[in-house]
Amino acid sequence: MADQTLPIAGTVDVTPRRRSTATLLEWLHGWVVTVDHKRLGILYLVYGIFFLLVAGAEAIAIRIQLAWPGMHFLSPELYNEMFTMHGTTMVFLVGMTIIFGFANYLVPLMIGARDMAFPRLNAFSFWMSAFGGLLLYYSFIGGFGLYGMGAAPDVGWWAYAPLTARAFSPGHATDYWALALIVAGFGTLGTAINVIATTLSMRCRGMSLLRMPLFVWLMLVVSGLTLITITPLTAAQIMLVIDRYLGGHFFDTQAGGSAVVWMHFFWIFGHPEVYVLVMPAFGIASEIIPVFSRKAIFGYPAMVAASVGIAFVSLGVWAHHMFTVGMTSVGNAFFVLSTMLVGIPTGIKIFNWVATVWGGKIRFATPMLFCLGFLFQFLIAGLTGIMLSVAPWNWQLHNSYFVIAHFHYVLVGAIVFNIFAGIYYWYPKVTGRMLSETLGKWHFWLFLIGFHLTFDTMHFVGILGMPRSIYTYEPDRGWNHLNLIISLGGMIQGIAVLIFALNLVHSYFKGKMAGNDPWDAWTLEWAVPSPPPAYNFAADPVVHSRRPLWDLKHPEDPDWRYEG
Amino acid sequence: MSAIPVSPIAEPWHLPSRGRVAMLSLITGESAIFTIFVVAYVFYIGKSLTPPYPQQVLEIPIFNTICLLSSSVTIWLAERQIERGKIRGFAAWWALTIALGMIFIVGTGMEWHKLIYLDGLTIRTNLFGTTFYSLVGLHATHVVVGLIGLTLILLFTLTGHVTEKHSERIQVFALYWHFVDAVWVVVFTVVYIVGR
Repeated sequence: MADQTLPIAGTVDVTPRRRSTATLLEWLHGWVVTVDHKRLGILYLVYGIFFLLVAGAEAIAIRIQLAWPGMHFLSPELYNEMFTMHGTTMVFLVGMTIIFGFANYLVPLMIGARDMAFPRLNAFSFWMSAFGGLLLYYSFIGGFGLYGMGAAPDVGWWAYAPLTARAFSPGHATDYWALALIVAGFGTLGTAINVIATTLSMRCRGMSLLRMPLFVWLMLVVSGLTLITITPLTAAQIMLVIDRYLGGHFFDTQAGGSAVVWMHFFWIFGHPEVYVLVMPAFGIASEIIPVFSRKAIFGYPAMVAASVGIAFVSLGVWAHHMFTVGMTSVGNAFFVLSTMLVGIPTGIKIFNWVATVWGGKIRFATPMLFCLGFLFQFLIAGLTGIMLSVAPWNWQLHNSYFVIAHFHYVLVGAIVFNIFAGIYYWYPKVTGRMLSETLGKWHFWLFLIGFHLTFDTMHFVGILGMPRSIYTYEPDRGWNHLNLIISLGGMIQGIAVLIFALNLVHSYFKGKMAGNDPWDAWTLEWAVPSPPPAYNFAADPVVHSRRPLWDLKHPEDPDWRYEG
Repeated sequence: MSAIPVSPIAEPWHLPSRGRVAMLSLITGESAIFTIFVVAYVFYIGKSLTPPYPQQVLEIPIFNTICLLSSSVTIWLAERQIERGKIRGFAAWWALTIALGMIFIVGTGMEWHKLIYLDGLTIRTNLFGTTFYSLVGLHATHVVVGLIGLTLILLFTLTGHVTEKHSERIQVFALYWHFVDAVWVVVFTVVYIVGR
């Protein structure tokens, strides 16, 4: 009985699908005006993957420039634009859009709802975010106004004052940066509100809070965190625009303003933002690891509590980005200790994932491979995080490649790995076809090798003293070969991502048909056809435990007997 | 396919209203925006290098404050009227709320007119001007947005589109107005009492 796929009785519409006869224009119009959470989720994901390729290309350009001392592959000005755009794009246009794409597509399906709580707000939020991305990239053409060449923002993704003042950054590049983030921020706020309202108010019968899949829990926590994280950035950007356009003095040190205040405001946003990005990745891992270990998640209530705990602690750690600014010893000590505190709930999570895998009947399919890579890399990322949280250590290594290595271990080693895992896992649900396992394995192994060549080596050049954001370096510093290895690793990752893109397109047309439940999984999204119909569930489902499909497949041994 | 197992617990199924949840979420987000502006204001108190200084030019807007805060009471009375299905009473209290909000906005406009033309304080004059106009202006923007919403609902009421069954939506909107009033208490304290 275990391998049989069982749609919940009455939830599947059996009328055969008719072939679409729409013209290209009607098809396009349908996508533009859609308010369906699944279509918007796909739009978010396609948009995010597109910008992943763009920002990845920017990273490759940076790495070619740094591959060997004295290179002139990019001009110094273009180099500054490249690292600014790489960071801004990856955080706001790739990370945020992809996690909200997953949330849009999966949250209603997982809680047995027919759509998000506010479908039109949902569409509005997506198009706001999309417009934000357009504004940011339009700066390449319009950054200096209508005359002359354009210029992208070149102030770094953190945009420290007073570099952003009009005197030091003339033209409109910085304005495009600020406005793009304000606009995209409103889109993000709208989606966060929508996700919260959906999870709290749209759950099907029996889906109590402690029966929600962990992915939904994590998205609820992330959306709550987004409400109080993205908004400080919006406020700070408004101040920046006031300074630049209306002649205000918020960050103008000559009129009594303070540049350090910008740093505080930026990192009050910036640090919790890391958790906004990484916690959906935790959610993806918490769905995939149990299914591919053939065991229920270990310590569900502890996982929920740890997620909420991380969200709370993350609000009080921002100034660990500012140890070198010069704070009081009390301030330093507070931020050292609060930062170390994050290690406790994240440690609980790692132990729970390991305990889930332990003794399981593990299937090494591509989604699980990426999740296992994540487990190992996230542990390392957490350990270097603890190292950097110690103020004296931080004074030595602040703004060095060690910091770059640490946060890329989180952003790539944890988040991107889990995003790939999630795409391999849910692609069959979205398209009805499996992604090729052969290409998937190539993608995984090349990406893993490239990742470790690049980011392990970055730790070493960081300890050898290489600072971040430099245009080039002298040949006698002893960084030459290490940088060459880093750049080679970057190329290998680039090739792996291209294989992934090829897989996405190829499998869409030629992939094996997936059926409703190709992974023999337990959450509600696998109870509906692949791809799901517009209304999701023909009849509202009723659930009795955390694994409703397990109960259906194993009526002799349902989960609700064991759950409190 | 065998019978679907049914767990022994079959409790009634209640979920919170999505409108209320969404509005409370929005208010949480807005509070964070205001917090940043208030922190900036408090941090920059007394850091302005050139006159005019707050104690020279600011007058405490007592009448304005009374009007805005009492609009929270009138909107609450309007909510009670619509809950009981009394549309005319609702429209009357609702219109009074709009009037009180308008008085507040006009009062702020007169205050700014005096500050700009009599005292020569603009957003670019000094740090005090920058922080004052942004914080009070951010709040005033929220009042204007609230007034637009209130007026739209009044127009719908006068054309007969609002009935008792809309009372929950009305209450959700009223939450926003209560929030705008509550923020004024903070802004008032920081700008006119602490900062003066």
